[in-house]
Amino acid sequence: MKHTIMAAGLSVVAGAAFAQSPVLTVYTYDSFVSDWGPGPAIEAAFEAQCACDLQFVGAGDGAALLARLRLEGDATEADIVLGLDTNLTAAARETGLFAPHGITPTGLTLPVAWDDAEFLPFDWGYFAFVHRADLANVPTSFGALAASDISIVIQDPRSSTPGLGLLMWVQAAHGDNAAAIWEGLSDNIVTVTPGWSEAYGLFLEGEADMVLSYTTSPAYHLIAEEDAGYAAAHFEEGHYMQIEVAGMLAGSDQPELATAFLEFMLQPAFQEVIPTTNWMYPAALDPAALPDGFDTLIQPETALLVAPDDAPAMRDAALAIWQAALAR
Amino acid sequence: MLQLDNLALTQDGFTLSLSAVVDRATRVAVLGPSGSGKSTLLSLIAGFLQPDLGRILWDGADITEALVAARPMSILFQDGNLFPHLSVFDNVSLGLRPDLRLSPDQRDRVAQSLTDVGLGDMGDRRPATLSGGQQARVGLARMLLRDRPLALLDEPFAALDPGLRAEMLALLKSMSERRGLTLLMACHDLRDAERLCDRLWLLEDGKLVLDTPMAGLRDAPDPILQPWL
Amino acid sequence: MASRARPLSVIQWAGAASVALVLLCVLVPLGAVMARADWPPALGPGDLAAIRFTLWQAALSALFSVALAIPVARALARRSFSGRGALVTLMGAPFLLPVIVAVLGLLAVFGRAGWLNDALAGIGLGRVDIYGLQGVVQAHVFLNLPLAVRLILQGWQVIPAERMRLATSLGFSARDMRRHFERPLLRAVLPGAGLLIFLICTTSFAVALILGGGPRATTVELAIYQAFRFDFDLGRAALLGLIQVAICVTAGALAFGAIRRQEVGAGLDRPALPWPGDSAWARLFDVAAIIAAALFLLLPMLAVALKGLPALPSLPPQVWAAALRSILLALASTALAVALALPIALLTARLARPGLVEMLAFLTIAVSPLVIGTGLFIVIRSIANPVALALPITGLVNALVALPFILRALVPAAIMAEATQGRLADALGMRGLARLRHAILPRLARPLGFGAGLAAAFSMGDLGVIALFSMPGQGTLPLEMYRLMGAYRTDDAQGAALLLMVLTLGLFWLFDRGGRLDAATR
Repeated sequence: MKHTIMAAGLSVVAGAAFAQSPVLTVYTYDSFVSDWGPGPAIEAAFEAQCACDLQFVGAGDGAALLARLRLEGDATEADIVLGLDTNLTAAARETGLFAPHGITPTGLTLPVAWDDAEFLPFDWGYFAFVHRADLANVPTSFGALAASDISIVIQDPRSSTPGLGLLMWVQAAHGDNAAAIWEGLSDNIVTVTPGWSEAYGLFLEGEADMVLSYTTSPAYHLIAEEDAGYAAAHFEEGHYMQIEVAGMLAGSDQPELATAFLEFMLQPAFQEVIPTTNWMYPAALDPAALPDGFDTLIQPETALLVAPDDAPAMRDAALAIWQAALAR
Repeated sequence: MLQLDNLALTQDGFTLSLSAVVDRATRVAVLGPSGSGKSTLLSLIAGFLQPDLGRILWDGADITEALVAARPMSILFQDGNLFPHLSVFDNVSLGLRPDLRLSPDQRDRVAQSLTDVGLGDMGDRRPATLSGGQQARVGLARMLLRDRPLALLDEPFAALDPGLRAEMLALLKSMSERRGLTLLMACHDLRDAERLCDRLWLLEDGKLVLDTPMAGLRDAPDPILQPWL
Repeated sequence: MASRARPLSVIQWAGAASVALVLLCVLVPLGAVMARADWPPALGPGDLAAIRFTLWQAALSALFSVALAIPVARALARRSFSGRGALVTLMGAPFLLPVIVAVLGLLAVFGRAGWLNDALAGIGLGRVDIYGLQGVVQAHVFLNLPLAVRLILQGWQVIPAERMRLATSLGFSARDMRRHFERPLLRAVLPGAGLLIFLICTTSFAVALILGGGPRATTVELAIYQAFRFDFDLGRAALLGLIQVAICVTAGALAFGAIRRQEVGAGLDRPALPWPGDSAWARLFDVAAIIAAALFLLLPMLAVALKGLPALPSLPPQVWAAALRSILLALASTALAVALALPIALLTARLARPGLVEMLAFLTIAVSPLVIGTGLFIVIRSIANPVALALPITGLVNALVALPFILRALVPAAIMAEATQGRLADALGMRGLARLRHAILPRLARPLGFGAGLAAAFSMGDLGVIALFSMPGQGTLPLEMYRLMGAYRTDDAQGAALLLMVLTLGLFWLFDRGGRLDAATR
């Protein structure tokens, strides 16, 4: 057994060192590389055109990805980091590890303008509370939710990106009133889970009426399970956005390949994989090209997003408010 | 008088069946190879096992169904069987009152029985600090304190070396003679049997094959005893 | 003692080397994280509260686990019924369950939409809530009650049958039994059992978070998570890791004096003995205790089985591949854990003061897997590609986690073997490997089988550090289960959970059984 592991390990090292085709190493979050994520299809598509070996390395989620990169510093093997979101890009930029991408993106279909020298978006989504379609009196705002006796499951902002997204959502929508909103929500919260998976699992098991997820979540049930029984609650104050981005590293030994990958990332071959594997909106794909079923999703009028450079400061303040309000 | 009346028990394919009588103040050695049923016989008399058939009588009263603790007997187990968390004094006291609430008079009796076995000054010690021989004496003191007319001993002092064992058997003999105890001892050494007992039973394969006085045994031994001599 | 006058043998050198290796595996990663940190490290504002909550919930969990184990163990020790052996085995299973599977099972029974609340609603009663401190404690009791029952039951089983007969012949009442049998036994067993469970619960992460209900239930492990990924404050993470070590050492020092050495791997198959002072009330109480414990421990596992069964036949092939990978990894981890534990146990058996070495092994229970994993990552990065070594590292960490449990089973047996067969072998002039193979190892077969079973089960069920280093196509079964959950595929995830439960328990059963068969043929 040990021999097999060693052999597997050695073959990876050997593959990296001696393969004829150049290797492009992409660090990303674990669910991206899983067999049910976008990774396998994208790897095949890119390798078909690049004459290279695309290697994904998975590391937890977006925040773990950044922590990993900080640990490795200049010595990192990564050429590309894919899967940070705009709450993390300021901290990522601060490491000085990223190089400008030099690409002028065209055909972006984000609801907001994009101008960032280091990072390019590959998908995005709106956070939303997802519920069963037969739920009565679906709340239409945080205030209505807090006033109702509807139960919710959320994620811990310290260990989960959607959890952090909710924090920023309340902060962006209600600002100074955030503490009151959280206090109002505290009796609606069944529990706070370490990650999205546990929360969504609890919701599906019937432990709560609603779960913090994405407006696109009902599309999974509709398309993959042919079950129209799920919906996302439309909130009047607008929905906070998560924009997932990728950037290339200054220390990359394959800068041309890295640039080629970032360009490929905005092409249909990459973008068309996203909706039904990552269950997010692609960042550069004509809405008409979205799969059937995406047209049934709610369309928030207001897209909320904290500017990436303001995110770190707001994040720490929002966490303190959250902890204080829920610790009572 | 102890009467074993057509006693029979079958357990795991082994059958013990016998009838016998033990007169008062008689000391019987139950000799036999291992597996011959010595322990089973003692367990039946003590009440740890229930016979399939037959009766056990003490002075004419049927005690076959009586509770173990209510039978007219006390038991000495293979090792001293002492509680490690109790002092020597308390271990002996258990023979009188398991809850250890002794009257002054009962305390005197415990002290006396310790003195009788030569442990008068060791009441405060824990069993772990005693030698094997001393531990056996504590067990003996507890048995004698029970003051029951019948004593059952299952290979007592087996863990002691021969010299110490002989000493203990001599002590036991004088104590039981003084009190007129009726006694049954399972053992597998004829010399041990001779030191203590005045009657010999030989068990083989669950049957009583010999029941004879100890006196004069070696002068004209039954051929069946040959392997034991 | 004559045996100690001899020079150290190869085996003892191996033992010393293993001890050093274990120490290195704990301290070097901690040091590596420290070395990368900004000085001086400081705790964050919520960290003291997290430490308080961690100690409090661990203490409560340990307390309830052992308190509830007392009546259950007593009932199992003195009642014979058909299926008793199977029930004892099955009731031991939750201790081996992967945490996330256990939580899913508990929620299916005790959650808001669980069986219990459905039943209560059916008869018009209010519902019970599993979220909050009580839920955390309940889950920890579910996971650790089996361990506590096992330790106490083993205490009962080593009481000689003759002493029970003595009690019968002296006419002991139920009260006398409690005073002269049960209380001394519990005094000897409970401190060790309580300490072990307390330490296990101090590194609780997923249970405390999912069932804790919010930031009130922040544990040290979550604070470490936050320090790492939220604030990237390595100094704070390492400091919190050191605090975990300090908690372990302090709790150990407090409880160690009271711990009696006990053969954890000893058999539980001795039939129940007649019980002096028994009564109809006692019988009723025992029946109630056994039924309640069986329901509490078995229903969640039944729920996992029922939910997973429909998806089992149609599980994606990747799950089966991951299952195979996990089995191989568990076997390698087990081999490594045994290779570490055996020389340590043999060395400990020859030492005048074995407590220190045993104490050391407790360390690996109480240190944060996240800190160790990250530290190892930093260390290994300087010499090799950690991603390529993801599986071996996961195997090593799993082996370290299992080590304390194997040692608890092995050390008492090794001491016994040295005291009996060891002396005999010395008298016969047996030396070295021949002495080990013919005199010592046969005595260790049973605890070794039990310990190896635990190691295999832990390794199989633990998500472990692989989540820090994962590569496509290298996922273990727990990781694959998380991936399924993360990809909305809840049905498949439940099928994977059932597969995980079955494989975990199956591996334990095989090793445990193997040790017994081996022991029985000698």
